[in-house]
Amino acid sequence: MTDPSSMAIAAVDVRKSFGDNVVLDGLDLAVEQGSVFALLGPNGAGKTTMVRILATLLEADHGAIRVAGHDVVREADAVRAAIGVTGQFSAIDDLLTGRENLGLMADLHHLPRTRGRERVDQLLERFELADAADRMAMTYSGGMRRRLDLAMTLIGAPQVIFLDEPTTGLDPRSRRTVWEIVESLAGEGTTVFLTTQYLEEADRLADRVAILDRGRLVAQGSAQELKQRIPGGRIDVQFADTEAKLVAADALGIPVPERDAPSLQIATDGNVATLRRVLRDLDEAGVDVVDLAIHTPDLDDVFFELTGRGPDAAESRTDEEIYR
Amino acid sequence: MSTAYALRDSTTMLRRDLRHLQRYPGLSMFPILMPVVLLLLFVYVFGGTLGDGIKVGGGRGAYINFLTPGMLLFTVVGAAQITAISVAKDMTEGIIARFKTMRIWRPAVLAGHVFSSLILTLISLAVTIAVALLIGYHPAAGPLRWLAAVGILVLLALALIWLSVALGLLAKSVETASNTPMVLTLLVFLGSSFVPVASMPAGLRWFAENQPFTPVTNTVRSLLADQHVGSAGVKAIGWCLAITAASYLWARYLYNRRPVQ
Repeated sequence: MTDPSSMAIAAVDVRKSFGDNVVLDGLDLAVEQGSVFALLGPNGAGKTTMVRILATLLEADHGAIRVAGHDVVREADAVRAAIGVTGQFSAIDDLLTGRENLGLMADLHHLPRTRGRERVDQLLERFELADAADRMAMTYSGGMRRRLDLAMTLIGAPQVIFLDEPTTGLDPRSRRTVWEIVESLAGEGTTVFLTTQYLEEADRLADRVAILDRGRLVAQGSAQELKQRIPGGRIDVQFADTEAKLVAADALGIPVPERDAPSLQIATDGNVATLRRVLRDLDEAGVDVVDLAIHTPDLDDVFFELTGRGPDAAESRTDEEIYR
Repeated sequence: MSTAYALRDSTTMLRRDLRHLQRYPGLSMFPILMPVVLLLLFVYVFGGTLGDGIKVGGGRGAYINFLTPGMLLFTVVGAAQITAISVAKDMTEGIIARFKTMRIWRPAVLAGHVFSSLILTLISLAVTIAVALLIGYHPAAGPLRWLAAVGILVLLALALIWLSVALGLLAKSVETASNTPMVLTLLVFLGSSFVPVASMPAGLRWFAENQPFTPVTNTVRSLLADQHVGSAGVKAIGWCLAITAASYLWARYLYNRRPVQ
C-alpha cells in the first residue's frame, strides 16, 4: 500500500498561490490505483485548484506530482493520455448532438473509425442517452448534460478519472445516477479522484477521504477512520416517565442528569455489543423503553471537530455552539 | 509526441467548427450577406454620383468596376471578424479545458478556427463576386490575374483571421470579441476601397495611403482591371505576411498563457 510506484496519484508538498492569495499550502496526497478518493472541503478550500494541477491545466508553484506514474509537468502528454477529466462546468459542445460530441472525443483519442463508433454507441446506451443521441446538446437537461460530460470523459478508457464536484447542482435522481456510474467505474478498476462539498457523497463513494480546509489537509483516512477519530457516539433512550429514568440510570450505573426530561444519553463506542448490554441491563431492571435512537458521528461531525466550522464556510459560529 | 497527430486533430477540429457554422446560421450568414447588401447599396444608391467622380460621365458602370475589388476586401474583413467571436465563445466554455487535458496537438483548436474561417471567407468571396458580375461588373483580367487576385485576398484573409484569433483569445467575453474587430471595418472605409484616396483631405489622405488595406485594395483592383500593379503588390504582400506573423505569435502566446476555467 505504501509502495509509491503503485500509486495512481502521488503528490508531495504541493503549493500554489495566486498573487498574495495562498490557495494550496503544502499538500501531500497519495491515491492507490483502483481506489476512489474524495477531496472534501468547503467552497474556496482549493479543491478545484488541486484538480487543475493534477489534470495538467495549471502548474503548481512547488511540489512533486505524479499521475499514473508520470510527472505532470515534464511528462504532461503521458499524463493526459492516462486521465479523463470532468470539470465543475460542463465541457460539452452545445451545437453538436450527443453522438457528435462523443464522436469528437473518439476522434481526438485517435480511435479507429469503427471502434470509435462502437464505443460511442456503447456509451450512449450505458448513460441512457441513446434516445437523445441525435439531438443538439443544448436541448439536454442538467442531468443529461452531466451524463454526456461523463461519457465524453470515458471515451478513451482512462486509468485515472478526475471529477470536480460531479453532483453539484444536480437533482437527487441524477445525483444517484452519477453515484452509480462512479461505483461501476471503481468496480472496473478505474482510479477515481473526486472533489465534493457533500459529506454524504464522500462517505458513500470513497475508499479514502481527505479533508481540505484553506489550502491544507486537516485529515486523511477512510470515512470509518475519520469517524472514529472523534467522540460523540451515543444512544438516546426515552422512557415513559422520570421514575423509569431513575431506575434505568441506576441499572446502567450512570449518573442521573439534572434535566427533567424522561430520557438518558449513554455514551458509546458504537459497538453492537455495547448496545446489547444496555438493552439487557434495562430489561433486567424491568424498565420500559419508549424510544431508542443510536447517534453515530458522520462526516459533518468530523468536519466540525477538525476545522471548528461547518462544511459550508458561510455557516456561523452559533452552529458550533449548538453542536457542542 | 502529440505533433504526430497535428493533421488529424486539426481536421477533427475543422469538422467541428464547420458544423458550428452550419448550426449557427445567425453567425455564418452575416459575413456572406453583409457585403452583398453593401454592394447593392453603394452601386444603386451612391453609384450614379460616385461613378462620375471616378471617370467623367462614368456613372454607375464605372463605379461597379471601381468598387468591386474594394468590396472583396470588405468581404474578407467581415468574415475574419466571425473568427474572434467563435474563438472567444470556445474559450469561455468548459470544453476548452477538456481539450487541454487531452493528448492532442494543442494548436489544433486554433487551426480548426483558422481553416473554417478561411472556408467561410472563400464562400463569401464567391457570393460577392457572383452578385457583382450579375449587376454588371466587367473585370478585364484573365485567369492568371484572377488567381493572383484571389491569392492576395487569401493572404489578407489569413492575416486578419490570425489577428481575429488573437483578439478572440484576448477578449474576456464574447461581446467584447464581437466589438473589437469592428475597428477593422472602419479601417476599410478609411482607405481606397470605396473612393479614390486622392479625393480625401490631406491628413486623412496620408493615413489612407499608408494603411495596410490600401495597397491590398489597389493590388487587387489593378490585377482585376488588367493594369500594371507596381509597388503596391510588394507592399500588400509585405503587410499581409507581417500581420500574419505578428498575430500568429500573439495568438500562440495568449493561447498558452490564458488560464482555463
